[in-house]
Amino acid sequence: MSLENFMNDAISPWMREEGPNNDIVLSSRIRLARNFNQHIFPTLKKEEELIKITDFFHEEYHGSSFQTYKNFDLIYMRDLSEIKKRALVEKHLISPNLVNENMGAVLMSENEQASIMLNEEDHIRMQLYFPGLQLSKALEEAFYIDDWIEEKVDYAYDEKMGYLTSCPTNVGTGLRASVLVHLPALVITKRMKRMIPVVNQLGFVVRGMYGEGTEAVGNMFQISNQITLGKAEEEIVADLESIIMNLIEQEREARKRLIERSSSMLEDQIYRSFGLLQYSRIMESNEAAKRLSNVRLGIDLGMIEHVSHNILNELMILIQPGFLQLYAEETLTSSERDKMRSTLIRERLMLEK
Amino acid sequence: MQCMECHERPAALHVTEIVNGTKRERHLCEQCAQQKGYVANQEEAYSLHDLITGLFGVNQVDLQQGQRMIQEEAIKCKQCQMSFHEFRKIGRFGCAHCYESFKSRLAPIFRRIHSSSLKHHGKIPKRQGQKLHVQKELDNHREELARLIEDEEFEQAAVIRDKIKAIEEKKEGDHS
Repeated sequence: MSLENFMNDAISPWMREEGPNNDIVLSSRIRLARNFNQHIFPTLKKEEELIKITDFFHEEYHGSSFQTYKNFDLIYMRDLSEIKKRALVEKHLISPNLVNENMGAVLMSENEQASIMLNEEDHIRMQLYFPGLQLSKALEEAFYIDDWIEEKVDYAYDEKMGYLTSCPTNVGTGLRASVLVHLPALVITKRMKRMIPVVNQLGFVVRGMYGEGTEAVGNMFQISNQITLGKAEEEIVADLESIIMNLIEQEREARKRLIERSSSMLEDQIYRSFGLLQYSRIMESNEAAKRLSNVRLGIDLGMIEHVSHNILNELMILIQPGFLQLYAEETLTSSERDKMRSTLIRERLMLEK
Repeated sequence: MQCMECHERPAALHVTEIVNGTKRERHLCEQCAQQKGYVANQEEAYSLHDLITGLFGVNQVDLQQGQRMIQEEAIKCKQCQMSFHEFRKIGRFGCAHCYESFKSRLAPIFRRIHSSSLKHHGKIPKRQGQKLHVQKELDNHREELARLIEDEEFEQAAVIRDKIKAIEEKKEGDHS
């Protein structure tokens, strides 16, 4: 398969759309956790109970459409190869936890904007992605999907406690609102380290790109709410949005100052990274993330022209182990992957010319 | 006292279990208690989940001091049979009914995780929660009415009062 076709297949259509503040915010995500009232939670791994959930969704929603989310497809984890599962995780369509659930499945819309995980930690975990900073819009849409599901499902809901979830950290709204941000200037100026505790104090968490327990590679951070009980969904989203707006402002300020104070050093770093990505033959994943982050900063600052700014989001996914192996159509060792990674990056940059 | 399970070693752990409202006492030695899952195996790897369950205030039982009397309530959920001890160990509920079964023990856990308010203020299910929607609307109107009376906005207050009346009458009608 040519790289162009492979990429069109690999990159979700919504990722290529423009969104507000997408020079800094890569994507917004809303996740709602819901459970069937009458069935035992996935916690106890009772297969005869969990199969009822996937059977129900197969019966009611496989092949259905809702508003702009067309042709929902139910995919069972047990039917997927390890590499395919990995690629879905790298695209953020399923969580790393779902991969290991034998009874797990995902109901995915054709445009890959909406995915509904079944039998992960909760019976139902629906998530919705939007490009740029669009949390309120994503929440509104997620509520429509939630209402659509609720037409047929009796949710575990308590007047006082809200939506009942398997983990007490999600009870109430069952909402996790999160935003993926690229903050290179705040990292370079060492201000991000000071920002994280402040964000934490406000009840929000800062993590790496692939969620819980992952490292922040390529100066990308995932920021999400911790508290789910006692605050309305709209409040949680508004609070997160205001934190993000604040970070955006600080990042822009830091970029301005970097150009004023150390313009030639910054320029050197950016072009050096651009050169390495275009000409090297072995590229290890952390280095790739770092270089891509620099090039993206160069694009945002107008130093590098004629390269689309989507390159960071797209390549960050394509250079993950799962996708590299999908592209190669075989399993690769770690050193083979490093070679493949550099090839894929070079080819992708050639497409821009 | 001898262990009830192996009848060999002295009992070190004294447990009061309440299953479906019936109380029963168990006296076990260290080994049997661990086998029966009353005490977490100390060699189990420390995981991220321990951080969460750490929040639940799991008592670290010091078994070396076997003489110490430890009372451990083991309430069980009627629907899924999960015990409160298991919940604290796993950190996740077994079913929706667990919230009711363990109710008396949960408030401090929720307070630790979510701080401040312990009442859900968010979305109500559209179909299932129709009655709750009406209740929420009533509550909102009553709050507004109180505020309007305080501000001496009597004309508007009268409008709200009529709205409340209408909703209440409709509610009554639905019942009969």
